[in-house]
Amino acid sequence: MEAAFFTRSTMVKMKNSSRVAGVAVIKSNTGPTEGFSPHTSCPNQNTGVYTEHYGPELANCNNTVWNPLGNGLSYEDFAFPIFSLKDDNQTQVIRKCYEDHNMRMNGSAPQYPLCAMQLFSHMHAVTDTVTCMRRTDLQNSFSINPEKLCDPLSDFNVWTSIRPLNNSIKGHKENESVVIAAARLDGRSFFWDIAPSAEGTVSSIVTLLAAAQALYPVALEAPPQRNIFFTFFQGEAFDYIGSSRMVYDMENSKFVIDLDNVHSLLEIGQIGLRNGQSLWMHSDPVSRKNTTVNKQVTLFIKSVASSLNLSLNEPSATQALPPSSFQRFLRVRPVPGLVLADHQASFTNRYYESLYDTATYLNVTYPSDLSPEQQLEYETEAAKSLTQVATLVARSIYKQAGGEDRFLNNITADTKTVTLFFSGFNIFVLKMCTNMCAPSSSAESSPPQYYIGLRLDNTVKSVTRFVQFILANMTGTVTKLNQSQCQNPKDVPGESKDLYSYSWVSGPVSVNGTTDPYCVRSSVHLSKALSPAFELTDYGSREYSTWTESRWKTIRARIFLVASPQLEMMTLGVGVAVLLVSLVVTYFISSKAELLFSATREPPNTTY
Amino acid sequence: MTAAVFFGCAFIAFGPAFALFIFTIARDPLRVIIFIAGAFFWLLSLLLSSLVWFIAMKASNAEDTKVQKGLLIFGVMFSVLIQEVFRFAYYRLLRKANEGLAAISDEETSPISVRQMAYVAGLGFGIISGAFSMINILSDSLGPGTVGIFGDSQYYFITSALMTLAITLLHTFWGVVFFEGCEKSRWWVIAVVVCLHLLVSGLSLLNPLYEGSLPPVYAVTVLMAVWAFFSSGGSLHNLSLLFTSKRSEVESS
Repeated sequence: MEAAFFTRSTMVKMKNSSRVAGVAVIKSNTGPTEGFSPHTSCPNQNTGVYTEHYGPELANCNNTVWNPLGNGLSYEDFAFPIFSLKDDNQTQVIRKCYEDHNMRMNGSAPQYPLCAMQLFSHMHAVTDTVTCMRRTDLQNSFSINPEKLCDPLSDFNVWTSIRPLNNSIKGHKENESVVIAAARLDGRSFFWDIAPSAEGTVSSIVTLLAAAQALYPVALEAPPQRNIFFTFFQGEAFDYIGSSRMVYDMENSKFVIDLDNVHSLLEIGQIGLRNGQSLWMHSDPVSRKNTTVNKQVTLFIKSVASSLNLSLNEPSATQALPPSSFQRFLRVRPVPGLVLADHQASFTNRYYESLYDTATYLNVTYPSDLSPEQQLEYETEAAKSLTQVATLVARSIYKQAGGEDRFLNNITADTKTVTLFFSGFNIFVLKMCTNMCAPSSSAESSPPQYYIGLRLDNTVKSVTRFVQFILANMTGTVTKLNQSQCQNPKDVPGESKDLYSYSWVSGPVSVNGTTDPYCVRSSVHLSKALSPAFELTDYGSREYSTWTESRWKTIRARIFLVASPQLEMMTLGVGVAVLLVSLVVTYFISSKAELLFSATREPPNTTY
Repeated sequence: MTAAVFFGCAFIAFGPAFALFIFTIARDPLRVIIFIAGAFFWLLSLLLSSLVWFIAMKASNAEDTKVQKGLLIFGVMFSVLIQEVFRFAYYRLLRKANEGLAAISDEETSPISVRQMAYVAGLGFGIISGAFSMINILSDSLGPGTVGIFGDSQYYFITSALMTLAITLLHTFWGVVFFEGCEKSRWWVIAVVVCLHLLVSGLSLLNPLYEGSLPPVYAVTVLMAVWAFFSSGGSLHNLSLLFTSKRSEVESS
């Protein structure tokens, strides 16, 4: 069906019908004008901070419905495959087959042969995570050739600190007070591995990267009192996989710092649709009932508001915190923090976690006469707006970390960088990557998708790698180590693998196609983003995310014509009749063969 | 087109051949050997003719459909001629073998007559030719779909099965008539057989105009059946004997 019919009412009707064997949706570039969000109307309501014990009047979106357009389609259980098709030549073949054979002519039913489609989408896992993990564990224990049925969603968080910390010593660090600037790295949609997430994710990634780039030189020159962490959490769309894991590691002294070291947190939520209006600072009213926390939060708000001449507002004092990674920190400790967003109450994003949340939705349009290289550098309104927010974030973080006011004006995000990142993360990553990426990046010419996915061999998702290396390039220093030293800097004096991470970067491609690689030393690290529920093997956990993805066989579809059952039965009938008749006749003739095939005048000794 | 079509087409194409094999060949090991050898000879002829066609096709321009069509027609005709040449070669081989069989048997004559060998050889040719034509089509017919999405006729499977049945029977009858003609040195018989074979193969090139190919082929089959009956020693007298003896059996019982 065409994309216009892909609504909740249609899909529920199909789910309840016994005559639907599969659905193929032809994607369109723009979503319906009234909005479409297959996510729930209250995202991550069971793993956030508001429960019956903490802010019950705010739990389950009693106070504010964050995603009012959410129809919950992504959370329905469909018994048939649902495919999404690009609107290209092959889809045109499907349409033509339908028009040629299946359309009603003059009100009468279409005649056989009819056009049919077969969808192959075998999934190994059934029911839920508990069932399939139990079966996988059984296989692992008892089978010689264990077959995994499902895998937990996992990837890596990316984090970096202004002052490097000894990464091999985990747990509480003395005299370390850290301000965390956070953003999320992932998104999702109804369909597998389609998650353009322009407003939901890309805006915040780009803003935080630009803020990091703006802040680093000043922070190195005039170090603030407290340390600053830039963190990108992966898996937030699926019940906060990355942030719950980091908080869990902090609680159990498995991370480089612990919660006592965390001073405050500033999170960048959805900010892409600001359109020159004000930015909203959300905070948690329940933790602010405590006067100390309230004082710290108020101070934080003041320092943010005074950093830049940007219109900033606070929503009403009793409004809950929007779904954000900050909620997982609040579950454990009342950390003072803020979430920046472009929406006051419900999301302005009409296509939250759907396949229509693309760059087109953010009005990222280029004049038509630009080449792709020029498009990468054209400064759109959206990019300029994000640059302002990036400057704001960088300055407020610096101020919150105790930096001096006189250096604030030196912290400005660069519009060119923001533009480059914005186009790159939205549209074509390959071009951006030739300037500042690691040699292992694969060639991708389609827009990057932000679905977290699985890590089958401990590989890292490409977007995570991009963020990691871009951050390393921006915030690290170039060293003179060669490749082998870069990969193992233990014996080189002055370098420490505990404090830093070393990456071998290929560098920009020069005119005649050669590269000049070099070693970058930075404090950018990856931390595993696998839900603690799988570490604790509590697959039915209500505390942590338990999302898994089923293993599947090759997903494909084919179309063909189907003949009428009458014709098939007739063929079978004729065949059986021919067989029986021929058996009877042959038996008859062969038994009478001597009589039939003897010549009348025979020499007596001729045998037959 | 599903299992129904698979079995239906398999029964149509191979039903009579199967029946003939079961009732006339399977019991006698000598006949089985002649049958298999005949099939092998047909395979050799097909290998040779397809090699020629393949080389010609590769040497020509693959894009030009007219040339490819022309090559196909040439290939079909060439294959028919080669098949008949191999039929003749097999006849010569069997004649030689017959003398050897006569020498080693207890009685003075060979345990199998040339007429029987003719029939078995023809059936061998027919069954292997049918198998080659039909097996791929049968395996494709097992799937859920049918022919037609590119505009071809949906009756493809049935007509292929019917054509295969005709070809199998035709090869059997041609074998009988051909060997008889060689025995009696009537060379016009051989010429007629070759021409009929060319005609039938040429008619198959008319497909998908199934009305143009199937009824004439079946007409030829019936004609050949009658000719083979008379050529192998049957007569109208025998037929009448058949019915009267049955009636007399009925009366006497």
